[in-house]
Amino acid sequence: MSPDTRPMTQDPLTLGGKTFASRFLLGTGKFKDKATLQAAITASGAEIVTVALRRIDVERHEENILSYIPEGVTLLTNTSGARNADEAVRLARLAKASGQGHWIKIEVINDSKYLLPDNEETIKATELLVKEGFVVLPYVTPDLYVARRLVDAGAAAVMPLGSFIGSNQGLKTREFIQVLIDEIDVPVIVDAGIGAPSQACEAMEMGADAVLVNTAVAIADDPALLARAFARAVEAGRAGYLSGLPTKKIQGDASSPLTGFLYE
Amino acid sequence: MTITLNGQSRSVSDGLSLQALITQVTGHPEHVVAEVNGRIVEKTAWASFAIDTGATIELVTFVGGG
Repeated sequence: MSPDTRPMTQDPLTLGGKTFASRFLLGTGKFKDKATLQAAITASGAEIVTVALRRIDVERHEENILSYIPEGVTLLTNTSGARNADEAVRLARLAKASGQGHWIKIEVINDSKYLLPDNEETIKATELLVKEGFVVLPYVTPDLYVARRLVDAGAAAVMPLGSFIGSNQGLKTREFIQVLIDEIDVPVIVDAGIGAPSQACEAMEMGADAVLVNTAVAIADDPALLARAFARAVEAGRAGYLSGLPTKKIQGDASSPLTGFLYE
Repeated sequence: MTITLNGQSRSVSDGLSLQALITQVTGHPEHVVAEVNGRIVEKTAWASFAIDTGATIELVTFVGGG
């Protein structure tokens, strides 16, 4: 019997008016060098990558990160560094003025210990930026009411955190993300805290629409290998979800027939 | 004249254009965004934009981020 080779491209992710075959988004921070980043992006098959905006170092000419991002990949600029809605809006406008697209991941953080997003300020920034024509993907602590307000404001997706940024702890917010998956009509992209392919797979099996990973890949001994592993885990989890996973039972249920035993 | 560039005081020649400043201090001006006194100056206006003394200029670009 031949294996099922149905391509996953029959199940594209639709986001911001575009369709994507890959449901794995890769962040570009913390890579040891640009060549390693480039290899990881290629291995990941990611069609959306995140970048940040910072002041230019006027003392030295730095390499331009965009030249290491393959043609055709959608840039999602984050507003990291923003402490409130106004700062996030300022960063978004700067990103747009660069001519590099208008896809914005809103990230508003006030707390330097847990790096938790400020949901209220994120809602404000989403409302303002959607009106200005941005494709807005807000990064939030998963909360149903917040997610509903973001959808009402016109967010293209919601990006709930799995656990603290960069913590590699996986889906600590699992039950709350499940609520969003079940109740929210825009794509749910699990972002932050995903530290292993198994965790990304779990998020996709739950019905998440996509997963974004940065730190785990960037700091791995072999980032390209881990990027590929994540991509496959995301694909496997998606296929598992689409297959209609069986529900759990609290006792055994034999998989072999319970008749025709030799002693009968 | 003195300007504030990315938070640092800097002496530049009088009448310097934004385009000239950006060419001086960046290696890849194609992905630079300029803000002067809190307002974005579009790339098409850089060459004709004369910097005033005391201007506060922010030049930003893309870096790796999650």
